[in-house]
Amino acid sequence: MSAYLQIRNLCVTLKGGIPILRRVSLDVAAGQVHGLVGESGAGKSMIGKAVLGTLPRALQVTRGEIWLDGVDLLSLPARERQRRIGATAALIPQDPLTALNPVRRVGPQITRRLVDILGWSRSDAEARALHLLEEVQIPDPARVMRSYPHELSGGMRQRILIAAAFSAEPKLIIADEPTTALDVTVQKQILRLIADMQARHGTALLFVTHDLGVVSKVCDTLSVLYAGKVIEDARMRRFFTRPIHPYSRALLAATPSYEDPEGALTPVPQSVIEQVEREVQDHDRRAAP
Amino acid sequence: MTLLRSILMRLLSTAITLFGVAVIVFVVIRVVPGNPIAMMLPPGATEADIARLQAQYGFDKSIFGQFVIWLSGVLQGDFGTSISLRQPVSSLVLNRLPATLELSIVALLIAIAIGGTLALMGTLRRDSRAEGAIDISAGMALSIPDFLWGLVLILLFGVLWPVFHISGRISPALDIDFTTNFYLFEALLRLRLDVLGDLIGHMFMPALALAIPLSAIIAQLLKQSLKETMHLDYVTLSRTHGYGETHVITRDALPNAILPTLTLVGVQFTFLIGGTVIIERLFSYEGLGNMAIDAVINRDLPLIQGIVILFALIFTLVNFAVDMLYVVLNPRLRHA
Repeated sequence: MSAYLQIRNLCVTLKGGIPILRRVSLDVAAGQVHGLVGESGAGKSMIGKAVLGTLPRALQVTRGEIWLDGVDLLSLPARERQRRIGATAALIPQDPLTALNPVRRVGPQITRRLVDILGWSRSDAEARALHLLEEVQIPDPARVMRSYPHELSGGMRQRILIAAAFSAEPKLIIADEPTTALDVTVQKQILRLIADMQARHGTALLFVTHDLGVVSKVCDTLSVLYAGKVIEDARMRRFFTRPIHPYSRALLAATPSYEDPEGALTPVPQSVIEQVEREVQDHDRRAAP
Repeated sequence: MTLLRSILMRLLSTAITLFGVAVIVFVVIRVVPGNPIAMMLPPGATEADIARLQAQYGFDKSIFGQFVIWLSGVLQGDFGTSISLRQPVSSLVLNRLPATLELSIVALLIAIAIGGTLALMGTLRRDSRAEGAIDISAGMALSIPDFLWGLVLILLFGVLWPVFHISGRISPALDIDFTTNFYLFEALLRLRLDVLGDLIGHMFMPALALAIPLSAIIAQLLKQSLKETMHLDYVTLSRTHGYGETHVITRDALPNAILPTLTLVGVQFTFLIGGTVIIERLFSYEGLGNMAIDAVINRDLPLIQGIVILFALIFTLVNFAVDMLYVVLNPRLRHA
């Protein structure tokens, strides 16, 4: 099975040369869910942004390849790259409160790209949007289409964004911490919804999160990231039973247990952090000319 | 229902504002030195002549008494008679109003065009030298007052390269038989291109002088709020949809970024109207502002009062229009 998204040796640096991503390589196979876990600042979101062409202006890709559906995105001119991304990939953003345009009605925000970018007719796009809103279990979708974002709850808005992400039947969806900004009670529903939608549409999903519990529920494979470097790549089952890298083991041990909520938390030991830091430094030394 | 209520409240507060302005103007111009009667009398006038004139214009009564007489006239639509021009204040002022309104609106449009373009260009090329250049020129434009810009423009386009008229509103030789004093709008509607060209030739420099500082404010504020909006998730999302940078800036970021700018432009527009007083004088443009200065020089108390009240009314109307526009552009306010 060839991977739908292949990232090879991707390096992203802050202007001035500070490395953000260090030769990241990973595959997301068609129809599979790949988790991307790591601490805050490990660069997990930056991978998603690099794929979607939305890196902050201060960052630049210095080397590497991003193959999306057999095309190296980085070899395309900027305008064409953005169109190609728009036609084949989609994003489920982190914060549903800022991800919808507050001065536009919900309906056009879903249908607009179908009409503008993909050339659908307006009525087709609207029918599609209605159907998807039903699929993400929004009551009275016709009314919601006419609503402004501020009239809807955070959970509703996230459902709308999920519907919008699936609207053009993309082959790849990048979910950037899609449940982090939501209430705990809503998180679970949204997670199940994303997993259901992914399974039904057979979309490849790159799932960025810092929550190993979430990863264990939805992912098939995962990459562990530390300081912009992939520390471990694994299939789900193997990772949770036999993690190879000491940092992965420490990360698993640090996850709070649902069975024993009162139990003491286990921090990642200092020796493990020193070890990964050494690996990162070794990597930088090798990469230096 | 709530809309009606807020409009009524607005009318009430407008009335109170205008009353306050009327009181202040009425008292201030009577307390400061200078006497309209003295300007009217021929040399060698007798005490009896003075007393007669003072009685004729009501200046022999107390300030309070004069105010009551004036106010009761105003409430019936009579703003009194100009002392220096011997004509009803209301018709004098209304004849001049269109000239000033046209000048202010053209200036506002120029400011929006220049400021908006610079803001969009600065956002498109943000964090580059082009943005730095825009910041520097905006700072310069802002730190030079409008009347000085007027002098600079006269020097440039009136003396060194004389392409525009430096004084007046319209060439006297031009034969126009318009029904209103809104020459510009009427010339547009009647498609009188010769008149239109002449009007623009006269109006361009004063309007530009008024517009330059405001355009700098619009450029800076709109650029700042555009840059902040560009970081929001929905803009990022729109980028992933395959839209180009220009589309993202103008269609996604702009409708939100424009809201804080709109409030400020409303306030600044009233300053711009205030600025017409000096600019009209500078360019001998026959508008309200020019008339106001003449009225002050001649101590023409009824005329001063009429002009100031009209300015105050325009200011409150502009603020009201901005508030209404804000509600139209921002759906979050519609249900509140």
